[in-house]
Amino acid sequence: MTNSKPNSLSSKHLLGIEDTPMADIELILKTARSFKEISSRPVKKVPTLRGKSIINLFFESSTRTRSSFEIAAKRLSADAVNLSVSASSMGKGESLIDTARNLESMNPDIIVIRHSAAGAPRMLVDYCRDCSILNAGDGMHEHPTQALLDAYTILEHKESLSGLKVAIVGDIAHSRVARSNTILLSKAGARVSICGPPTLIPPGFEHIGGQVTYRLEEAIDQADVVMMLRTQLERQSEVFYPSVKEYFDLYGLSERKMKWAKPDTIVMHPGPINRGVEIDPDLADGHNSVILEQVNNGVAVRMAILYLLLGADEETEP
Amino acid sequence: MSLLLQHGTVIDPAQDLEKQADLLIERGKISRIGKIQAKKSWQVVDVTGCIVAPGFVDMHVHLREPGREDKETILTGSRSAVAGGFTSIVCMPNTTPVNDCEAITRLIRGRAREAGLVNVFPVGAITKGSWGVELAEIGEMFKAGIVAITDDGHPVQNSQVMRRALEYSKIFDIPVLDHCEDLPLSAEGCMNEGAVSTQLGLRGLSRSAEEVHVARDIILSRITGGRVHILHLSTRESLDWVRVAKQQGIAVTCEVTPHHFSVSEHDIKDYDTNYKMMPPLREPEDVEAMIQGLVDGTIDAIGTDHAPHTRLDKEVPFEDAASGVIGMETAIPLSWELLVRGELVSKRRLVELFTVNPCRILKLSKGTLEEGVDADVTVIDPDQEVTIDVSRFCSKARNCPFHGWKLHGAPALTVVGGKIVHRDIAFAR
Repeated sequence: MTNSKPNSLSSKHLLGIEDTPMADIELILKTARSFKEISSRPVKKVPTLRGKSIINLFFESSTRTRSSFEIAAKRLSADAVNLSVSASSMGKGESLIDTARNLESMNPDIIVIRHSAAGAPRMLVDYCRDCSILNAGDGMHEHPTQALLDAYTILEHKESLSGLKVAIVGDIAHSRVARSNTILLSKAGARVSICGPPTLIPPGFEHIGGQVTYRLEEAIDQADVVMMLRTQLERQSEVFYPSVKEYFDLYGLSERKMKWAKPDTIVMHPGPINRGVEIDPDLADGHNSVILEQVNNGVAVRMAILYLLLGADEETEP
Repeated sequence: MSLLLQHGTVIDPAQDLEKQADLLIERGKISRIGKIQAKKSWQVVDVTGCIVAPGFVDMHVHLREPGREDKETILTGSRSAVAGGFTSIVCMPNTTPVNDCEAITRLIRGRAREAGLVNVFPVGAITKGSWGVELAEIGEMFKAGIVAITDDGHPVQNSQVMRRALEYSKIFDIPVLDHCEDLPLSAEGCMNEGAVSTQLGLRGLSRSAEEVHVARDIILSRITGGRVHILHLSTRESLDWVRVAKQQGIAVTCEVTPHHFSVSEHDIKDYDTNYKMMPPLREPEDVEAMIQGLVDGTIDAIGTDHAPHTRLDKEVPFEDAASGVIGMETAIPLSWELLVRGELVSKRRLVELFTVNPCRILKLSKGTLEEGVDADVTVIDPDQEVTIDVSRFCSKARNCPFHGWKLHGAPALTVVGGKIVHRDIAFAR
């Protein structure tokens, strides 16, 4: 279903960056700018989405993303219900459909879903006909709101995404953040450099966007943005790399390696950080780091998305 | 009762035969081919415009009984077979329990006889429980009627066990049906590894997982002299291995499934789990290669890998879904449309792929219309339009990605042992 009003998104759902046109991305970023100020008011609440129900359905553990969505909903006066379901404790997919059907019967306006299986939000679209589905991360597929808040954060420091060099470094294979960011940044005209050990870069990643390199120096060279990904320590048993020590030596971000980048480069990380594994602890807190700004902007960007999915077609203005 | 099929085009590659003729069946056997004057007491069917072929054989079927009768039974599988134009089916041993002993083999054959629709040839397990450790009692199963051995679905990982199986199979002159998959290389992938899996964020399954085993088992066949038949071959490089092995005179044969020559990984839309199977759908270049293999003769047979699953097995996220697609009721229309109407292979070559070739591999005394053999006949109406409709399948299962496809080439009439066991509704003449 498509909305036709000028100030609304082209789709009822936000499933991924891949199928989101640039105009929608720009509208979300523009709207987020006007929402950011709300969070710094003494009374951090506007009535924009009063009476709307939002269900945060999280099948994977999450602190940051879930609370970010919850706060975003509450600051817009929507009623947010948080459900944490351990996917492993239920019958996996059957329960996904049954859970979705049950929730749909309670007439929510948006279901925000995070699931360990790629395509789970797409499944919900088929089973929930009336409400909007918002992907908060599906398996190794996409994490669109993260890419949007990252773009927003970059634009607070750089004039335009177009022409920037962005290095995305780490476990590319298992990262939905890498996928969504690469798609968004490529669409916006940035040069994306994908870097990690060959064992953690899936085949054909260039088709998504970006240039692949196994050498960190090449990736970071003259970069405007360095985006470090979380290293999934539990994956070490799968022979992707020999040890954390060697990984940090080859792909970890340190002060020494920062010299390869531009002086005003910004360092990003979607969190949670493994200090000392992918990034030097001092760097994570250093003056180039915008890691906490990302978290801060996440609320504004998610407020904008909720608003555009729901409120924009009614007589409500922020 | 005698049955006369009048005015068809009889194609029997085993006899080098392709001509307009009538076919007479008497007492369950093929009696005569030629211009035959009908007698009053005979049952006569006018098959003008149709192809009259030896009964088609699907050498790769999962019937799920015993153990998973919710997915399919020997009876529903038999109905599915005859509706799809098959007169003989070869069923894989990955049931519950596994067909790894004489008793299970006899049970399957008994149930098939009770169903009484189609010839069912069981395949025994290579190893006890298909655990890949100890050889099953292949000789006892052979006496009970198995025509081959395989650990399909649980591929033998230990090369020494595979070598012993190939050696041992020579006692009975039966082929080892080989599901080629190196499991550590598969690494729990759920679709072909490549740009598409990367884009969809699904764990990729490297084509090398298949190719490593294809190469290994060709080598083991050369060393042992045992016969290897590669099941559901799916990559162009696997095919190259087979091509070279055949040139060297190694006893290797192979089959392809209809889905691997019809669709590629690019057809996987919206995480539709009906497109999930093992081996996974490959690249368009692989689809091209499969067709080339069918054209040039490297591929010996078409087997459907009919793999029924329930709705619950499939209505889950892609990575959690069961692998497999049903195939018996779509195999002939898909093959006819894409291969024969697409002018890639001749009618005769197609018949060969479904009849004499699988019978030679499995040493079945079927697959021909020679005088005196069991009267198993498949009649195809080449011009009949077929719209695939999963709700009309005779199989219990519905896991098929071809719903709604418009094709040509209908299994019009299926005759098993001289008896008409299926007659297409549209075939009213």
